Amino acid sequence: MNDITITNGLEVVYKRPKTLTDTPFHYCPGCGHSVVHRVLMEVVEELGIQEKTIGVAPVGCSVFAYNYMNIDMQEAAHGRASAAATGIKRVLPDRFVFSYQGDGDLAAIGTAETIHTVNRGENILMVFINNAIYGMTGGQMAPTSLSGQITSTSPYGRDTQKTGYPIKITELIAQLPGAFYVTRQSVHTAGAVRKLKKAFTAAFEYQKLNKGTSFVEVVSNCPAGWKMTPKESITWMEENMFPFYPLGDIKLPPKESPSKN
Amino acid sequence: MESKAIEKEARLMKGNEALAEAAIRAKIDAYFGYPITPQSEILEYFSREMPNRGGIVLQAESEVASINMIYGAAGAGARVMTSSSGPGISLMQEGLSYIASAQLPCLVVNVSRGGPGLGTIQPSQGDYLQATKGGGHGDYHVIVLAPASVQEMADFVFDAFRLAEKYRNPAMILTDGALGQMMEKVILPEEGSLPKKTPEWATTGKPKWRERNIITSLFIQPEEMEKINLALQKKYELLKQEVRYEEFQTSDAEVVLVAFGLSARICQKVVELGREKGIRIGLTRPITLYPFPEKIINRLAKKIDFFLVVEMNAGQMLEDVKLSVNGICPVHFKGRMGGMIPSPEEVLEEVEMLLEKHSISHDMEVK
Repeated sequence: MNDITITNGLEVVYKRPKTLTDTPFHYCPGCGHSVVHRVLMEVVEELGIQEKTIGVAPVGCSVFAYNYMNIDMQEAAHGRASAAATGIKRVLPDRFVFSYQGDGDLAAIGTAETIHTVNRGENILMVFINNAIYGMTGGQMAPTSLSGQITSTSPYGRDTQKTGYPIKITELIAQLPGAFYVTRQSVHTAGAVRKLKKAFTAAFEYQKLNKGTSFVEVVSNCPAGWKMTPKESITWMEENMFPFYPLGDIKLPPKESPSKN
Repeated sequence: MESKAIEKEARLMKGNEALAEAAIRAKIDAYFGYPITPQSEILEYFSREMPNRGGIVLQAESEVASINMIYGAAGAGARVMTSSSGPGISLMQEGLSYIASAQLPCLVVNVSRGGPGLGTIQPSQGDYLQATKGGGHGDYHVIVLAPASVQEMADFVFDAFRLAEKYRNPAMILTDGALGQMMEKVILPEEGSLPKKTPEWATTGKPKWRERNIITSLFIQPEEMEKINLALQKKYELLKQEVRYEEFQTSDAEVVLVAFGLSARICQKVVELGREKGIRIGLTRPITLYPFPEKIINRLAKKIDFFLVVEMNAGQMLEDVKLSVNGICPVHFKGRMGGMIPSPEEVLEEVEMLLEKHSISHDMEVK
């Protein structure tokens, strides 16, 4: 019904992948979640693994991810998506399993699960959306909120002396031997989206190798939580988020492993 | 034939190990757990046996992680269990609420110890209310079975999975440190006697021929959430047909003890000692704590002088007994707390004291 197919008059250049349901996203205008959902599902479709993929949604803005992703999914308790994903992957080792979490979910309440899931080298993909704020509950300070960042619970700006420092959880887990592939991407430009797609594709391919956890952070924006227009939020992200959370690969698999299989 | 006879042979086992062995024979797909006294033998037994006999055992980073691994694996259609004791079971309550709401079958074993807080590692029945009234947030119940012997520690694993899978509901075996640690004769259930098939609602990967399966406890529209609640309540009503209890010398009894688990073992001795003294005493032992055998207690209330509820807590099942009796006859309570186990003699003393009091008040009524 709401399906949009774009053609250039000769061929279809853009349409909804079969791995996305025909449901309009509930996300705020300009939010990165819907783009990440789409890219993730494009990869599942292109790899032809819809029948073998199981996702785990978090608590947070993407709690309803299962409304959009046309695959079998579970909705986990706050912070526990990677534990639930562990449970699924352990009993169904030949399936592709991913968790999808925000910064509050993955890097605050779920820190123990995050670290230990990666430390066990669970053969799953962990998708981490970092927008430095609790979006769903109305824009409170997150573990990843920047120093001086104004949120509803740091109205005078985040005071690191009193509230601690923004946590670079991705760098933290990259230290663990169980981490196989760790990268930080974004979706703020067409080029960035293409890079994220490559990262997701690699992560699913790596899952076949059984060599450890793939962890893909997406630095994203939250126009509503940041109290900005989508355009302003992109600029703010570029000027403030990227210097602290630099984009790029953080840990790459040893050269020989992927190509030989 | 011969091997089957050997299979049926009685073995001397610890309660915790008999339970774990039964779970392997019930063909569980996975166990997720975390060490805590007095149940660590369960995790140890699986760690030793599973690598050779199939099935997954994973020592999680916490009980919080364990129960959420259970959620994931049960949602993926696997037969799974975890075990812990009081403090760990408290940590699992959020996860249990999600599991109950998402209607996933699984087994949680509570080898309970004295609380509150870190408490003691000695046996207790102080988790009765937590186990039978839901324990976490929201209107839900867990099926609760209370073994009173090492034999039942093993048998109830099969019963728990049978009920959990039939009703798509988490089941709990509520036992205690004494039953977990003590050794007794046990005849183990036969391997594979519990049929297993992947449920159609499980998230196993969406084939083209069906819609996607979703495991969730999120129903944001209140109308929808109420519907889910009504369905749960209907299920709990249906569960009443699964009530189990045991009666011991109640047919002519004037005094009936009500006790579960280890307390019931002690009370059996109290009945024997009481009968030797000519006291017409009996025992009712609820086996399913949820659903609670309210009908039998209500029926007995009309025939006897009084009940004495005996528990290793401050009087938790007492509330359910009182609700079942509904004022028909007096309900008294004898309890020990904090890991103390009542002796048969001190319970019998309580019975005799109450009998005396009742005969005095009875005489006064006659006058």
